[in-house]
Amino acid sequence: MSVVISGLTVSYGRSAVLSGLDLSVSQGELLVVAGPSGCGKSTLLRAVAGLVPFTGQVLVDGVPVRGTSRERAMVFQEDGLLPWRSALRNVELPLALQGVSRESRRSTALAWLDRVGLTGFEDYLPRSLSGGMRQRVQLARTLAQAPALVLMDEPFGALDAQTRSTMQRLVAEVLRETGTTTIFVTHDVDEAVLLGDRVVVLGAGEVDVHRDAILKAVMA
Amino acid sequence: MRWVLRGGSLVVGLVLWQVLTASDTEAWLRFSQLPTVVEVAERFAQQVGDAQYYHDLGSSLARIGAGFLLAAALGISLGVVVARSRVLGDLLQPSLEVVRPIPAIALVPIAILLFPTDEQGIVFITFVAAFFPILVSTRHAVRALPTIWEDAIRTMGASRSQVLFRVVLPGTLPGVFGGLSVGMGVAWICVISAEMISGQFGVGYRTWQAYTVVDYPGVIVGMITIGLLGWLTSAGVELLGRRVTRWLPREAAI
Repeated sequence: MSVVISGLTVSYGRSAVLSGLDLSVSQGELLVVAGPSGCGKSTLLRAVAGLVPFTGQVLVDGVPVRGTSRERAMVFQEDGLLPWRSALRNVELPLALQGVSRESRRSTALAWLDRVGLTGFEDYLPRSLSGGMRQRVQLARTLAQAPALVLMDEPFGALDAQTRSTMQRLVAEVLRETGTTTIFVTHDVDEAVLLGDRVVVLGAGEVDVHRDAILKAVMA
Repeated sequence: MRWVLRGGSLVVGLVLWQVLTASDTEAWLRFSQLPTVVEVAERFAQQVGDAQYYHDLGSSLARIGAGFLLAAALGISLGVVVARSRVLGDLLQPSLEVVRPIPAIALVPIAILLFPTDEQGIVFITFVAAFFPILVSTRHAVRALPTIWEDAIRTMGASRSQVLFRVVLPGTLPGVFGGLSVGMGVAWICVISAEMISGQFGVGYRTWQAYTVVDYPGVIVGMITIGLLGWLTSAGVELLGRRVTRWLPREAAI
């Protein structure tokens, strides 16, 4: 799934958080959007997800975005898990919404929980899981949904260094494996360089940087 | 040890009551007018063997049941609607806010005029009493719902009704049960008062009847019965609330 954003403007009240942004993401690409707090990174994701009204155009595979869709899944910084559903039932949720049969959604959810290393925790409520585990459940839930585009909003921002590094490896692996187009937002430059096929820096004008260029600069 | 203390305080209270009333103590408060514990116990034993007692219990419980269930159904539905739809909120909220400050029991004259039977009037009073706490708690709970749950399910492609049934209703249950608990308490106050004013059966009616025929042990039996019924039904609501909100951290559970 490819994304073409042109002239994207999002305003909260009178102040524009994003103003005339142009950006494109190719099919299967993992684009990292970096930049300081308040530069509009999260707003960009929310616009593409269809969660906030905007002016300008966001085309996903040539089709303009109007409202939310199961094709554009979002992974939030806070986990966004429903606290009354167990880990397994949280992962099953997108499949239940699609009307997938009980057996089928159970086996898909179990497979994804296993893939993120949470076998044995199926019946745990979110409050009994650590922050890192909750993020893994969220990741499993997003992947069970099988979206064509994943929007990740600083998903590891609240995790400790070790858990974050494990999660980064897992995400990079799984998203590349499934060929899912991804927009990943972070304020952490190391994370941006580690994960992105391409890094865009939002802030004082949008700067488009390729990972190789950054690596070269860091090495020098 | 704590249970011994708790049980002991009850026993001391009963002994004090017995001593003060049996000795016809008059120290500003006129304990001489009140029945003794033994008289009340005897009256209780007599009432428990009388079919009339159960008929009254049944009448009060049926009124509470009908009024409270109606209040729960309508209070929760309107609470959700008012909180989630700006147009319907603007349309309904002013009328609701005008009626809300009026204590339900003050509506008794209207209820007598409006409804063909006393029975329906009492159920109406009970309904109004429970309705507003449930409505207000639900409205507040819906407005206080973390937006991330709704955002998350919308990006899974959920429809409006799926958002309602999968997120809004389960997510607001702790707040809704707070309202149901308060509503049940107020419903009892109002059903008993309404029965005292215009009932033909029921625990409230029987208690007031006992007072008018100078059957003071009967009055106390009525009061204890009302207390027990109130406690049992509130405990029922509380227990159900705990069951359906088991996901809450224990200390925050209702």
